[in-house]
Amino acid sequence: MLELLQRIFGRDSLKSSKNVAQERLRLVLMHDRLDLSPQVLEELRADLMNVIKDYMVIDEKMMEINLEQDKKCVALVANIPVVRMKRLPSH
Amino acid sequence: MGEVYVITSGKGGVGKTTTTANIGTSLAMQGYRVVLVDADIGLRNLDVVLGLENRIVYDLVDVAHGRCRLRQALIRDRRFENLYLLPAAQTKDKTAVNPEQMKELCAELKKESDYVIMDCPAGIEQGFRNATAGAEKAIVVTTPEVAAVRDADRIIGLLEASEIRDPVLVLNRIRTKMVKTGDMLDVEDVIEHLAIDLLGIVPDDESIIISTNRGEPAVLNSDSKAGQAYRNISRRIAGEEVPLMNLEDGGGFMNRVRRLLGLRTG
Repeated sequence: MLELLQRIFGRDSLKSSKNVAQERLRLVLMHDRLDLSPQVLEELRADLMNVIKDYMVIDEKMMEINLEQDKKCVALVANIPVVRMKRLPSH
Repeated sequence: MGEVYVITSGKGGVGKTTTTANIGTSLAMQGYRVVLVDADIGLRNLDVVLGLENRIVYDLVDVAHGRCRLRQALIRDRRFENLYLLPAAQTKDKTAVNPEQMKELCAELKKESDYVIMDCPAGIEQGFRNATAGAEKAIVVTTPEVAAVRDADRIIGLLEASEIRDPVLVLNRIRTKMVKTGDMLDVEDVIEHLAIDLLGIVPDDESIIISTNRGEPAVLNSDSKAGQAYRNISRRIAGEEVPLMNLEDGGGFMNRVRRLLGLRTG
């Protein structure tokens, strides 16, 4: 109902140019700040590995992590081959 | 011993020079000893905004190269005897000054002033490095537009990589009506994106154009909303706690009543 009223009065906030600006700004800043140095990426990789090791045995040499981006989003993509699952005490 | 501020933005045309002139003049009105430095070598314009363009004899490059003494190059303001300008050179050679010379210059200037305020050129090249070399604190100016905020973000990154910690933000040219109708980014949006402390907000105000035409900074005009905003900002720089200006008070009825009664809004 409120939505309808907003539409009637031309205040569809979802389409206001401010929201467009917000979204464009969010993406452009993310892309600008994405410039991670190889050193930082290596640290991230080491940290990730330490967390995962508590749960499963992974093939460290084959592990790949990368930041991938397209027009709409940025993703941290990790490809981590699992060798064996650990037996967790809670199970 | 004074403090050295640099006023910077990355993007051109967002109001660095106007901000420098107004903050400097307002601090001088409060009684502080202020030196404004135009670090935009080759594109001198702070002198014009201050109305001092006819009085220039020597400039920053002359001082840096020892062609004159620092005192000879400083132009005293017509209105306030505690406000000085060190003008930029009009030389085409942007390498006429280096960061080391700027450091020495700032060290010299702050000995006998409370505030040294550096107007930084647009861009992130040599001019930026010169203007930030001797600065201890930074004020980043931006407007509520994607391009300006993006450049401000780059500048904040560069400032933090240098020795200048915790820059603060001035958000300039806010149009309250457009913010209300959802057609302009508002203060909270910009602050959230940039993750930086806010020093002040300045409304979009035609009186700025008039005061620039005349060479009289808007802070001298008690009716100017932008002038009021800059007076608030300079009081915050001096350590006072001043609440953010209510930009909606524009020409409303209550505001007119308040003005008639001689009351001023924050």
